Amino acid sequence: MTDVNELFQTMDYGPAPEQSDYVHAWLEQNKTGFGLFIDGEWTGPKTSTETIETRNPASGDLLGNITAAGADDIDAAVAAAKNAFPAWSSSAGHIRAKYLYALARAVQKNSRFLAVLETLDNGKPIRESRDIDVPLVARHFYHHAGWAQLLDQEFPDQEALGVVGQIVPWNFPILMMAWKIAPAIAAGNCVVIKPAEYTSLSALYFAELCQEVGLPPGVVNIVTGAGATGEHIVNHPDVAKIVFTGSTPVGKKIRAQTAGTGKKLTLELGGKSPFIVFEDADLDSAVEGLVDAIWFNQGQVCCAGSRLLVQESVAEKLIKKVQRRLENFRVGDPLDKTVDMGAIVDPIQRDRIETLVNQGVSEGASLWQPALKLPEAGCFYPPTLLTNVETSNVVAREEVFGPVLTTMTFRTSNEAIALSNNTRFGLAASIWSENINRALEVAAQIKAGVVWVNCTNQFDAACGFGGYRESGFGREGGKEGMYEYLRPSSKKFEADNIVANPVPAEVKRNKAVVSGIDQTAKHYIGGKQVRADNGLSNTVLDAAGYSAGKVADGSRKDIRDAVEAASKAGGWASATAHTRAQILYFIAENLNSRATEFQQRLVSLTGMSKRASRVEFEAALSRLFSYAAWADKFDGSVHTPPSRSVALAVHEPIGVMGIVCPDINPLLSFISLLAPAIAMGNRVVVVPSQRYPLLATDFYQVLETSDVPGGVVNLVTGDRESLSKTLAEHMQVDSMWYHGTADGSKTVEEASAANLKRTWVSYGKARDWLSTSQGEGRHFLRESCQVKNIWLPYGDESSGANAGY
Amino acid sequence: MATNLSKSEKSDSGARQQDEGHPRLSLVDKIPRNTGTEFHPEWIEDIRINLSAVERRIASLGARRSVKKEWQAAWLLKAISCIDLTSLAGDDTPGRIRRLCAKARNPVRTDVLSQLGAEDLGLTTGAVCVYHEMIETAVAALAGSGVPVAAVSTGFPAGLSPMETRLREIELSVAAGADEIDIVISRRKVLNSQWRDLYDEVKAFRAACGPARLKTILATGELGSIDNIAKASMVCLMAGADFIKTSTGMEAQNATLPISLVMVRMIREYLEMTGQKVGFKPAGGVRTAKQAINYLVLMKEELGNEWLDPQLFRFGASGLLGDIERQLEHNATGRYAAINHQPMA
Repeated sequence: MTDVNELFQTMDYGPAPEQSDYVHAWLEQNKTGFGLFIDGEWTGPKTSTETIETRNPASGDLLGNITAAGADDIDAAVAAAKNAFPAWSSSAGHIRAKYLYALARAVQKNSRFLAVLETLDNGKPIRESRDIDVPLVARHFYHHAGWAQLLDQEFPDQEALGVVGQIVPWNFPILMMAWKIAPAIAAGNCVVIKPAEYTSLSALYFAELCQEVGLPPGVVNIVTGAGATGEHIVNHPDVAKIVFTGSTPVGKKIRAQTAGTGKKLTLELGGKSPFIVFEDADLDSAVEGLVDAIWFNQGQVCCAGSRLLVQESVAEKLIKKVQRRLENFRVGDPLDKTVDMGAIVDPIQRDRIETLVNQGVSEGASLWQPALKLPEAGCFYPPTLLTNVETSNVVAREEVFGPVLTTMTFRTSNEAIALSNNTRFGLAASIWSENINRALEVAAQIKAGVVWVNCTNQFDAACGFGGYRESGFGREGGKEGMYEYLRPSSKKFEADNIVANPVPAEVKRNKAVVSGIDQTAKHYIGGKQVRADNGLSNTVLDAAGYSAGKVADGSRKDIRDAVEAASKAGGWASATAHTRAQILYFIAENLNSRATEFQQRLVSLTGMSKRASRVEFEAALSRLFSYAAWADKFDGSVHTPPSRSVALAVHEPIGVMGIVCPDINPLLSFISLLAPAIAMGNRVVVVPSQRYPLLATDFYQVLETSDVPGGVVNLVTGDRESLSKTLAEHMQVDSMWYHGTADGSKTVEEASAANLKRTWVSYGKARDWLSTSQGEGRHFLRESCQVKNIWLPYGDESSGANAGY
Repeated sequence: MATNLSKSEKSDSGARQQDEGHPRLSLVDKIPRNTGTEFHPEWIEDIRINLSAVERRIASLGARRSVKKEWQAAWLLKAISCIDLTSLAGDDTPGRIRRLCAKARNPVRTDVLSQLGAEDLGLTTGAVCVYHEMIETAVAALAGSGVPVAAVSTGFPAGLSPMETRLREIELSVAAGADEIDIVISRRKVLNSQWRDLYDEVKAFRAACGPARLKTILATGELGSIDNIAKASMVCLMAGADFIKTSTGMEAQNATLPISLVMVRMIREYLEMTGQKVGFKPAGGVRTAKQAINYLVLMKEELGNEWLDPQLFRFGASGLLGDIERQLEHNATGRYAAINHQPMA
């Protein structure tokens, strides 16, 4: 027995291990190897003989062998999901809600088992798996039981997608699995999900829970394996959507592989999230915030606050506080209840961290680590502080995915914002200031999907999570997350109806110049009419085959200039919604004053009847009014997570958008695409109908008279496919809408992988632009926005009624 | 290590000289008294506290640290050594106070202590805390034990008596043999941001204390905001408090861990600025062994092991001891314990 008298003097903590025998007993039962969970049954692999060892990173002990599923196994899993889909998606929301509720209860009833298993498999401290991961899993199923229940009421014009393929990472194995499965099946989809090969055990245990609650076979299929297994899922033709959480390079690969297939994508990728501390912050609390930001889960967190940006005036003080805190840090057996940090998931990951840190040091960073004793066995890395890190240093730019904090100083809010946004990523940010004006101003300007004010790494099922830029697209959680698993259920689009009227077979020579002065329509860039860079122009034929005029022949350089102009027009994003509405109304007013001219143009170019031209023109006017109306009404929402805080889900513009217009209804489709984009504050580079560009070039005179700031709308005429490819490849373009051919759609999606710009393409299908269900509405607005969740904890009164919160 | 508290400064301390060789815990003047500083308004103006973040730290702290088995026994014994065993009731009598003091001398059953192997610790509580009229009884009852007597003062609990009588009350209590004086601050001065006035008030109390240690009760439940609690703490530190204390035990809201964290961080800030160590005393609301451990964890994590000592840390509590006794018995025997088996205070 250890001497109590001595302990009375030393006041050490002593060991406090979490019991794990019952989990080892379960592992023992499965020591012959884990199978695949397909169609509600456990099954062995069809032909694959490959298995993967899964180990406890804290000890290196073998925990079990999992199956590496082959293509035939994925076929079977997808078939099971496809087979289950009709009944599951058509069952009443209340039925699905009951299953999700049962899963939530099952998770709660087995919460300690799941937490211990997760810690054994992943190496994260039991405190985290027990107090954070598993409770959030239950919360996710509860919350989405609610969405299943309310689906018909809250998403009246939406339907489930079908089979959803989901690939989850190893850093939050069971939590990410819940984030994927819950919304998918709540919406009526069936899933094939693959946990990461390092950490498949909790998912396999969850499969047992699915059986226990009697989830209909095929609704959830759980297959294990490494990257090759994941690729089979990604490439399977019967999968309607891929949801992936993982690294940015793999995300880009998935984007490219699925290009042109029509598969919906949600990508939740890497980050290099800033953690900004102003001089008026509660510095001691900011230190604990850093612990939660970068030393949570050993720093293996996509949204980890890995870049400390601290105001110069308090930098030294804060760094000292961080060092003091780290001196008290406890790194060790993750099953011990007194550790702050557990084991790195795998030696490969540990080596990667070490390599990046060494590289950072060789590039000038100063390394500081506390004098901690790390366990001799197992895979551990100490909490690490890198100072003297400049923006060019590899550790300031690359995601380390380990317990490594880099620090930089700033002088002003603007500099903090600039440094924050000086990254290809945009997942999360944390802002520490006791001045709410400052904090919210900075929150609004940071390019990130989640912003935590005076807190960090807060998660909740009711709040959307997901990134800007190369941190991916799509949201998980909240209503915004549900839309990722639904699509409009309105009438299906017609096939291959790109051009309303083909180019006339016979090109006729115009008669002598009838009147007026010869006119060649130029590009419209930065609020000015600009000649084509190459000095070339194209002749536009009217319906009868006569020349109706010439337009500039756009090239790469014109796109470059147009994107440059759009980039510089950032003021539009911060213009008030009221102002944007006023300008849209003004555009409508000025367009209306030229009604005759535009209608005649429609008739002469397309050969449509006068009556049809009137209908199209009136629809275009109405559409402008619609988006003027929407401009100040497509609001975000306020989420209420289960803590004393609110999360503001703000609709923000995406940034610079490329919009490629179809030929059908050339005026109306052009307006229908342009108006929602600018109503929401985006700046656009529009490639008008290739066949009928004159309607757009006529339109820039309307823009000029309507107070549209220069650079907000840029028009480049010319060859649709080459211009859209250049736009899709452009790294400064944040989003692409493409309404053209199937091949062109594929090209756009493929090219967009380079910077993971968001895309919305037609796959060669045409819309009925004249209908309000297909031609306008919330769907267009959602495609014009990204949701930023700003978490705002509140509270100051220390006593009285509030203290009992 | 066997010396008396405030040995050289007190004329009447001979009665409580300890037996040589008796292993006293730590009731020795190893910590120099806080001399205070000039009034620095900027030390108050710079204070920023975020309550939600403070609460998150506390929520996670309790789950980040845990002590089991022998470690738990040692920690609970430590907690007892830091208790200001308190009776502050209108119906206190000398008999009642003598029983309290007897408990302070021997807080845990000897059979339990010997089963834990802790019978040689010489365990006592950190102090006994009473009203002025009970000082003499307590001093007599604790003679030779080395357990100091603390007296609440300055118109406790509201502190709204005339300044003159508040100062006189301190002087009388010190003269009666109190080793420590627990004063209450004027909450109105906090609520109206009269920091300089508050500084002057506490400094006057400090002067009146003479050799006795000054504990300043903030009555945190009545200060209106978390920033005010931090600022009032800093003013008391500058004015020379030896301990800052959360509550009288009479406010609607007594000691809580989040409030304690804020006060403890002010002690750390003051230490960093002046090099002077000041104690902390949560009071009211600490009733369970589990809570006591959480407070010790808080002190260890935020200030270090030196604060796990009655010189720098006290619990103001009356019911806490009973719960710890039961836990210790459970720890020693493996059986859950009954409250009626523990000698009542």
